[in-house]
Amino acid sequence: MLEPRDESDLREIITDAAVGGKNLELCGGATRAGFGAPREAEQVSLRALAGVIDYDPAELVLTVRPGTPLAEVQALVEGEGQMLAFEPWGGEGATIGGTVAAGVAGSRRVTAGSARDHLLGLKAVSGSGTAFVAGAKVVKNVTGYDLPKIMAGSWGRLAAMTELTLKVLPRPRETVTLVARGLSVEAAHAAMACALGSNADVSAAAQLQGGEILLRVAGFVPSVEARCLALPGLLAAHCPVDRLTADDAAPLWWRAMTGGDLHGSVRWKIHLPPRHAAGLVRRLEAVGANWAMDWGGGLVWIAVDRTDDLVRAEAAALGGEAALVAAPEEMRARIPAMHPRATGAAMLEDRVRRAFDPQGVFATNRFEEVADADQL
Amino acid sequence: MTIAMPLPDADTLERREEIAAALRAIVPGEGVITDADALRPWESDGLTAYRQPPMLVVLPETVEQVSAVLRWCHAEGVKVVPRGSGTSLSGGALPLADAVLLGMGKFKRVLDIDYEDRIAVVQPGVTNLAITQAVEGRGFYYAPDPSSQIACTIGGNVAENSGGVHCLKYGLTTNNVLGVELVLMNGEIVRLGGRHLDPVGLDLLGVVVGSEGLLGVVTEVTVRILPKPETARAVLVGFPDAERAGACVAQVIAEGIIPAGMEMMDRPAIHAAEAFVKVGYPLDVGALLIVEVDGPAAECDHLIEEIARIANANGAVTTRISRDETERAAFWAGRKAAFPAVGRISPDYYCMDGTIPRRRLPEVLRRMEELSRQYGLGVANVFHAGDGNLHPLILYDANVPGELDKAEAFGNDILRLCVEVGGVLTGEHGVGIEKRDLMPEMFSEEDLKQQQRVKCAFDPDLLLNPGKVFPVLHRCAELGRMHVHHGVVPHPELPRF
Ligand SMILES: Cc1cc2nc3c(=O)[nH]c(=O)nc-3n(C[C@H](O)[C@H](O)[C@H](O)COP(=O)(O)OP(=O)(O)OC[C@H]3O[C@@H](n4cnc5c(N)ncnc54)[C@H](O)[C@@H]3O)c2cc1C
Ligand SMILES: Cc1cc2nc3c(=O)[nH]c(=O)nc-3n(C[C@H](O)[C@H](O)[C@H](O)COP(=O)(O)OP(=O)(O)OC[C@H]3O[C@@H](n4cnc5c(N)ncnc54)[C@H](O)[C@@H]3O)c2cc1C
Repeated sequence: MLEPRDESDLREIITDAAVGGKNLELCGGATRAGFGAPREAEQVSLRALAGVIDYDPAELVLTVRPGTPLAEVQALVEGEGQMLAFEPWGGEGATIGGTVAAGVAGSRRVTAGSARDHLLGLKAVSGSGTAFVAGAKVVKNVTGYDLPKIMAGSWGRLAAMTELTLKVLPRPRETVTLVARGLSVEAAHAAMACALGSNADVSAAAQLQGGEILLRVAGFVPSVEARCLALPGLLAAHCPVDRLTADDAAPLWWRAMTGGDLHGSVRWKIHLPPRHAAGLVRRLEAVGANWAMDWGGGLVWIAVDRTDDLVRAEAAALGGEAALVAAPEEMRARIPAMHPRATGAAMLEDRVRRAFDPQGVFATNRFEEVADADQL
Repeated sequence: MTIAMPLPDADTLERREEIAAALRAIVPGEGVITDADALRPWESDGLTAYRQPPMLVVLPETVEQVSAVLRWCHAEGVKVVPRGSGTSLSGGALPLADAVLLGMGKFKRVLDIDYEDRIAVVQPGVTNLAITQAVEGRGFYYAPDPSSQIACTIGGNVAENSGGVHCLKYGLTTNNVLGVELVLMNGEIVRLGGRHLDPVGLDLLGVVVGSEGLLGVVTEVTVRILPKPETARAVLVGFPDAERAGACVAQVIAEGIIPAGMEMMDRPAIHAAEAFVKVGYPLDVGALLIVEVDGPAAECDHLIEEIARIANANGAVTTRISRDETERAAFWAGRKAAFPAVGRISPDYYCMDGTIPRRRLPEVLRRMEELSRQYGLGVANVFHAGDGNLHPLILYDANVPGELDKAEAFGNDILRLCVEVGGVLTGEHGVGIEKRDLMPEMFSEEDLKQQQRVKCAFDPDLLLNPGKVFPVLHRCAELGRMHVHHGVVPHPELPRF
């Protein structure tokens, strides 16, 4: 494992690899190392590039180095009554760089966006060893291409981020969870859609196997109270709702947001049009799947023991995309982690990838690459 | 008129008849315009100081036609400039003498509305406001609201990543678009994103939004629609000076409030607006703030009182809370009419669009005043105060020889100042031609090359909207792209640096 101390070390390492035709795998906390095909590339840890560079709560802007532990960043902004609104849920040792590069989001995704929506600017070293800057350090900017968008969720395939500027937002003063129980998947889904489509400003909505839905109402106290009073009426045609204590709600949200304790050795993460979520879990329950649903149905976690790609095929049939997030090594060697893309988009994507990494330094075989996308 | 466009290609100009005939074979009937008089209305966009009739205009009606037009132009090496409604304030849709202007105005259909999943699928020529109009009957709206929303198209919004007064709370276009269908310069049709959140793979959609028509032609857009807030309330606050108004804005945010909109106007803008619309703005103040909150009534009632309290604590001299919709509309009327109002007090004005860290506002306004004296031109400021996006309006008279050049030089100095204090050249209007030559103020040569490599991945022959955004457009081959097969570099023995 290579451990650059600063940007200049990193440039040297990448340049050497580019010239020598070697592959490198970037990592932060490496908590996602089990995502993607087994590979042999040398790891480059960005953990030593750590620390907060600038944080001005009133400007809603935070600049950090990538190796800074996510937990540290979250504690810092919480101390100022703020939050990373995309609600990354991290894991022991997760870094802010790895979190953003993995393009994550938590339950608040439906209303607050994901990492892509909160990365304002960055510094990075490309696959040819060149440092560049993209975006900026203010919340509103359209100068030049929005490269921060593509760096968020780039999974270390484009460039190594050495500095990230993130947008932060005020933390809600009050958060209440409403729950409804004993619903069919379809009825539960209809209730979630109704709540999210109402003007009660529901910031997250999840469904758990067994007919439970969770609705999150957050904000200033008088507003939260008023909305909690209004929601039972808005949902009258669907189901009665009750308030949960924060202690009772936390583990339920955790299960929906992370797929937590679902039983099964193979884990899929499916993004799909929410209207098809109920149909999908019905079909997959028939083959023994366990599931949890977040983002109002836009995210479905599936846990199974079967090691074929049936889950992916079912998701695709309903307009969804399935990522294989955890599986035995043998399966990961066989089945690509990321949902395959249509040929045109895949080739375009590969050309863009090489616009950052012409020599394929970061093309480690972890994810499928297109062999030759130059058919322009 | 200091911005130079690429020299027209003489061969292309000579082939004009042949090009028109070929395009007529693709888009029959009235869809190809070549007559000099008929071309005149297309010769500029919202940056009206720059005018250039296009070689010809083509107005396709189907995706297949767009694809065929681009494929043909690509094969023949003919440049193409996409256009929506032509309201760009940065010259993004300015025609080129040797380019086809591809107007998307006929793509006017709303294709699908899914209230359950809260999305709308529309063609790119649908106006921003028409999306809201299509869904408001069911209590929904499309959140980004540029002031030009009755005219500008969603295709143009995607290209410019447009914002509006409500983007502090609801985000820019990029935060509200789920997918596009895009035709590349070679005619290939690709779909990026779709009807769900966070699609697989690199976020190409994120780069296409805000790419100013340089990466592809957008032929379909899927947007998120939101339930209309139950209510909205606004407070109008006058301060003796911008310092205190700025301190108020900072405290509102520090107390955890993200208003739906937070707009500031300086004295010249207040006076111009009040003279124009007469809504009762206080005239004896140095800065005026309009803060709007939206959401459940209980929330609005609570927050508006909080904001009034913060305003008073920061030295407000007048504080008026809207009692009803009429009064709220009146507060906004002056702000929304600020541009035409300034247009009445000055023969011409030039609208700038930098963003700064908010805390630097007093200093930036002070230095802007100095520049104003130095150039002998007036300036009125409207300001998206919540996110630091400044719109200085420089007052000048194009009929006075040299004044336009002076206004441009003044504007450039303002933008340099924005970058100097840690801000950016443009917060929502785009680079276009207007800020093209200022890009090196913000980005190094390497930064710009990295952006241009992305351009090369979409349009390697640089035929789509050339002359915009990049101060120097390198040939793609010069940017050192090389073939890599399965991670193996050709001729690894050769040094590459
Ligand atoms: C199966 C599984 C699913 C998960 N799903 C989610 C989720 O949906 N939401 C959530 O919030 N959390 C999720 N997590 C938690 C997740 O591990 C962390 O949120 C975070 O993504 C990982 O941080 P890390 O530092 O460990 O990243 P690593 O595992 O070290 O790296 C993640 C990716 O980012 C790249 N990378 C790392 N640093 C950089 C850099 N500086 N520049 C460029 N690229 C870099 C790596 O190459 C790698 O591709 C999940 C964890 C697991 C095990
Ligand atoms: C009075 C006034 C007020 C304004 N207020 C605001 C504001 O509040 N906020 C804001 O952000 N902007 C504002 N603008 C700027 C402008 O309205 C926006 O940039 C708008 O998005 C442009 O849309 P359009 O359809 O007019 O595009 P055009 O001006 O025709 O084109 C703009 C750019 O988009 C490209 N383009 C257009 N359609 C397509 C397509 N289908 N595919 C690919 N590329 C395409 C063009 O090539 C060009 O580069 C204002 C303009 C005016 C005149």
